[in-house]
Amino acid sequence: MIVSTREAVFGRVLLVVLMVVTVLPFVSLFLTALHPPGTYPAGLAWPDDPHWSNFVLAFQSAGMGRLLLSSVLIVAGVVPLSLLIATLAGFALGHLRPPGGRAIFIAFILGLTLPFEGVIIPLYYQMRDLGLLNTRWAIILPLIGLYMPFAVFWMRAHFVNMPEDLSEAARIDGAGTWVLFWRIHVPLSVPALSSLAILLFLWTWNQFLLAVVLVDDPTKRTMAGALGAFQGQWGTDIPLLCAGSLLILTPTLAVFLIFQRKFVAALLQGSLKG
Amino acid sequence: MTQIDVGSAAGGVGQAGVEAGTQSRRRALRARRLRRGGVAYALIVPAALAYALFVLRPLGLTLQFSFYEWDGITPSTWVGLANYGALLTDPTLFGPILNAFELIVFFSFIPVALGLLTANLIRGIATSRLAVVARTVLFLPQVIPLVAAGIMWSWQLSTNGVVNQILRLVGLDAVTRAWLGDFDTALGAVGVIGAWVLLGLCMLLLLAGMTKIDPALYEAARIDGAGPVREFFAITLPSLRQEVAVCLTVTIIAALASFDIVYISTQGGPGNSTLVPGLEIYYLAFFEREVGMASALAVALMVLVLAVVLPLQWLNRESDR
Repeated sequence: MIVSTREAVFGRVLLVVLMVVTVLPFVSLFLTALHPPGTYPAGLAWPDDPHWSNFVLAFQSAGMGRLLLSSVLIVAGVVPLSLLIATLAGFALGHLRPPGGRAIFIAFILGLTLPFEGVIIPLYYQMRDLGLLNTRWAIILPLIGLYMPFAVFWMRAHFVNMPEDLSEAARIDGAGTWVLFWRIHVPLSVPALSSLAILLFLWTWNQFLLAVVLVDDPTKRTMAGALGAFQGQWGTDIPLLCAGSLLILTPTLAVFLIFQRKFVAALLQGSLKG
Repeated sequence: MTQIDVGSAAGGVGQAGVEAGTQSRRRALRARRLRRGGVAYALIVPAALAYALFVLRPLGLTLQFSFYEWDGITPSTWVGLANYGALLTDPTLFGPILNAFELIVFFSFIPVALGLLTANLIRGIATSRLAVVARTVLFLPQVIPLVAAGIMWSWQLSTNGVVNQILRLVGLDAVTRAWLGDFDTALGAVGVIGAWVLLGLCMLLLLAGMTKIDPALYEAARIDGAGPVREFFAITLPSLRQEVAVCLTVTIIAALASFDIVYISTQGGPGNSTLVPGLEIYYLAFFEREVGMASALAVALMVLVLAVVLPLQWLNRESDR
């Protein structure tokens, strides 16, 4: 490709500007978190006497340990089960292709663009009737259902591209559908499955609407829901609020930085397919 | 449906072995399909059950609720289309929908336009080390909860925040204000938060699309004397139809169904100037106990999303051909 030096330099400068705009709010949040609690500092100012203790204070006053545990429990309830049932359905629809499979698939993808606001009201009454309001199940169960359109769509797309010959060969060797699925197809699906797992983890961890409507107790919510409650409680103490927000961000940011390659790929693919 | 499926399956076999594609093999395959059908349905059941219980059933109920007046406790009364009528005539009810459309400008058009511009400008250095770092950095807003973005930006946009600091630095003291608390600027300020969140995603999607374009096309264009602008409209943009459609779809849904950011940063205020349908549904259903009205708004929101997003999918499909 022909790229003149002038263009390359300009491109670099632009990229740096974009990165600064992206990072600036994080920096401001961090600096503000170091100011004395209860003060009202300027947006970007290095404190005279950094209060690192704000992080400890925020951790304790928000009960961060319990919040983390709650989010982990919700993710543990949602992600493995969603992966399992979506993989089974995706395998059936993409590989076994039963009669009427197309109609079933279309019924699933109709839910792809559904805003959660569209179902939140009946979900509230449904959870109330089941006696699950204010429990983590009120977030876990609906999320599994709400993820099905995307998850089935994703897994079906994977299985459609698996060569039929592979299964033919296994069947000639006497493998039944069950063996074929677990011994041949699941091991080959690890890349697709791990990308889907990352996306579902992120969406669950950051889920806010369901948490706010269905669970009052912040210690039984997702991280995003807990953060909302934290703002309500500490909204007036800016440095403490900033410290708390940063603490709540840390787990996701850590996971993101560890798996960043996989993450970026998964998110790009996810939005392309969705 | 059955016939179409068997037909396409036979078509697939026909490609695999045209010579061996005899009638008997086809019949055997068809028989096996039917036998496998039972297993296949069994595998679909768990996913279908979860989907039916927590998506389809609530969806039906939302529609049903929308024809009633109900406070959530006492028996409901059938009101027919009255809720929808109110939706069209009451400014406090269709105001949020107008706000959501205004947010599309910020959530969707700005990230896509800016994304196209920047991706095009940095196309030449897409494989440099700086660009690799940028990939990670620009993705940060996608990874954090929208709630956190809302909190961060409420602080940036406050009277003492970074935005005003910068404005004072360049001598624009006169325009500084509490951006989220001002009737004139609150909706725009909420929009800026959305644009910040979505710009990175759009740019990286578009950049990924651009790297797939054959460099020979650009070489040819340059030899023919095309400038950067001409090049962009003649080569880049047409090749990116699919990516642009995807960006628009994702961001428009984010704008119309926005909830988290608005809930955290303004809660719909000042007045109703940043009220969006998602938030209005929440208030109506769970605070004002107007479940029927809230459901009608929810139905309207879903119809709007489909009406805007479905044509885009068609554009997407078209470009595949």
